[in-house]
Amino acid sequence: MLEIKNLHARIAESGTEIIRGLNLKVAAGEVAAIMGPNGSGKSTLSYVLAGRDGYEVTEGDILYNGESILDLEPSERAAKGIFLAFQYPVEIPGVATMQFLKVAINEQRKARGEEELKTPDFIRLVRERAAELKIEPEMLKRALNVGFSGGEKKRAEILQMKLLEPNLCVLDETDSGLDIDALKIVADGVNALRAPDRAIIVITHYQRLLEHIVPDTVHVLYQGQVIKSGDKSLASELEAHGYADIIEAAA
Amino acid sequence: MNIQSKPTLTPAEQGLIDAFVAKVSDLPGDAELTAHRDRLIAQLTETGLPSRRIEAWHYTDLRTLLKSVPGPQPAGAADALPPIAPNALILPLLQGTHVQPAAADGLTCTSLQERLLAGGASETLQPLGRDDAIGMINSAFVTDGYVMSLDSEAELAPILELQAVQDGGQAHGRFEFEANAASRATILERHARSGDSAGLTSSVSVLKLAENADLTWIILQDRGADDVHLGQLRAELAEGARLRLFVINTGGHLVRQEVVVKVEGEGAHFDLRAINLLAGQGHTDVTLSIDHSAPHTTSEEVVRNVVLDRARGVFQGQIRVAREAQKTDAQMACNTLLLTDEGEFDAKPELEIFADDVICAHGATVIDLDPAHLFYLTARGISEKVARQLLINGFVDELLDELDNEELADVLKRRVEDWLDRHV
Repeated sequence: MLEIKNLHARIAESGTEIIRGLNLKVAAGEVAAIMGPNGSGKSTLSYVLAGRDGYEVTEGDILYNGESILDLEPSERAAKGIFLAFQYPVEIPGVATMQFLKVAINEQRKARGEEELKTPDFIRLVRERAAELKIEPEMLKRALNVGFSGGEKKRAEILQMKLLEPNLCVLDETDSGLDIDALKIVADGVNALRAPDRAIIVITHYQRLLEHIVPDTVHVLYQGQVIKSGDKSLASELEAHGYADIIEAAA
Repeated sequence: MNIQSKPTLTPAEQGLIDAFVAKVSDLPGDAELTAHRDRLIAQLTETGLPSRRIEAWHYTDLRTLLKSVPGPQPAGAADALPPIAPNALILPLLQGTHVQPAAADGLTCTSLQERLLAGGASETLQPLGRDDAIGMINSAFVTDGYVMSLDSEAELAPILELQAVQDGGQAHGRFEFEANAASRATILERHARSGDSAGLTSSVSVLKLAENADLTWIILQDRGADDVHLGQLRAELAEGARLRLFVINTGGHLVRQEVVVKVEGEGAHFDLRAINLLAGQGHTDVTLSIDHSAPHTTSEEVVRNVVLDRARGVFQGQIRVAREAQKTDAQMACNTLLLTDEGEFDAKPELEIFADDVICAHGATVIDLDPAHLFYLTARGISEKVARQLLINGFVDELLDELDNEELADVLKRRVEDWLDRHV
């Protein structure tokens, strides 16, 4: 589903290269964990996948279902089924959560040539999905992410993911700022989305989240490259010995 | 007649004088009123239109900006429009001419023309001072309008839609509204364009709120992209009166809306919510002056501006608190979303406080859309255009939530959305 080939990317403004020849393959149905110490390029990778302005790909390619997505706008990537759950979802005052959800769902449907969802159907769908994540209806009446706690913001991200039903989910440090109860709700939400035609990339610093979302593959990111790949046991190894051993072995 | 053409007159000044000469014999009123109109035009000839040297017009140099004026005759007939306010009672003012005074429980209404013809009207047709070009032009040219009075304790059930529709030429109208003690009403003053010709409008609204009267007044100025609109609203608030004013500018090439409020009675409250949506090459000015002259009065103004293309906007807000107006609470905010390098917005808040126990504050901000917000929305599959519309809408939309009438708020929100759809 996703193939990243010798990717080099830098911050446009400063020219600092963050991703330095990264290779990664994720198959449909797979849950891949990307782990790495701070500054290894985890968040940059998620932004480059989603197409954020300000990051330049200087070499290599990202193939999604065999097609390069580098020239696509963020909204086009999203319409093709790529979803980024943000590490820090931004608060957007003035934009109501429900309005945002409706526009997002219908813009994606429109881009795919599907009919718009009717308002009653939309409301029913949101209520159902929100209840599964223990999101209070009161929260949906507020402006987007405004005044949400850290845990509420992450749950709102998962709600969006459930509503938009993407093919490739990229979760950027979704565990940060979550207490154990919220972590479990979020993990359950993600696990419920596991499907043969869907790939999930879990970017995390700690192994903690991976106890709840058990990955099929684990990739260690360091200085903008995948330096080691393995199965879920690699995560436990990292938890026990830290990154230093693997970094040393790769050097 | 005492009109001399000076060589220094601009084409617009000359055009106004010519229009007056052409129209004077048709303008309603007795000899005294005609003499009064003459004097006003003589004064305009003498002083000319205000330029940037006049402080109140510093950011809107009318003398330079008003390149020409259309002839006095309209280009075509204007028809009344379907009301936008739900279940509204419409009072149309078509090409500056009344249709028929409507009646509702508690409301009496006559045409201004009737009053002008009755004589003795020159007293009421006075500019607010030498620099009041809008008051001067309107008083000199005014032909018609409506004079309304709402009975004590009456609550006007339907929204009253004052509908000034114009197709080219000039129209000079006036609305007078007297809200007697403890009466309540919601009035939409709507300025619209019909047809293809550029026009010039002056419009003066005079509001008197008696004790505990409660008015919501909405000015929706949605004229054509080549129209000139000179508006003025004057309001006097007696004890315990409450005026909630909404000003929404979505059209016009050269627009000045003045708001002159006298908060004269103890415990009176005024607030303003203004939305200026500016695009193209337009110039839009909202100039506000509030006098607090009694204790325990409050006012609160929030002005939100969206500037696109090469548009230019101005907000001047002056709050004066008299020595005896202790415990006044006055708050003013002007926030601008400046979305292009070529656009411009000038904000000039001014406080003059002579009392020593008051709370007064003002603030002005200018921002662009936050790229992080845009990325978040587009990463959810929302196209950049729609994402921008959502964010801009979010910036202004919340002011309309403060309208008590939800249906009307929804209608106005849709008009904002339509504007964004056309211009963003």
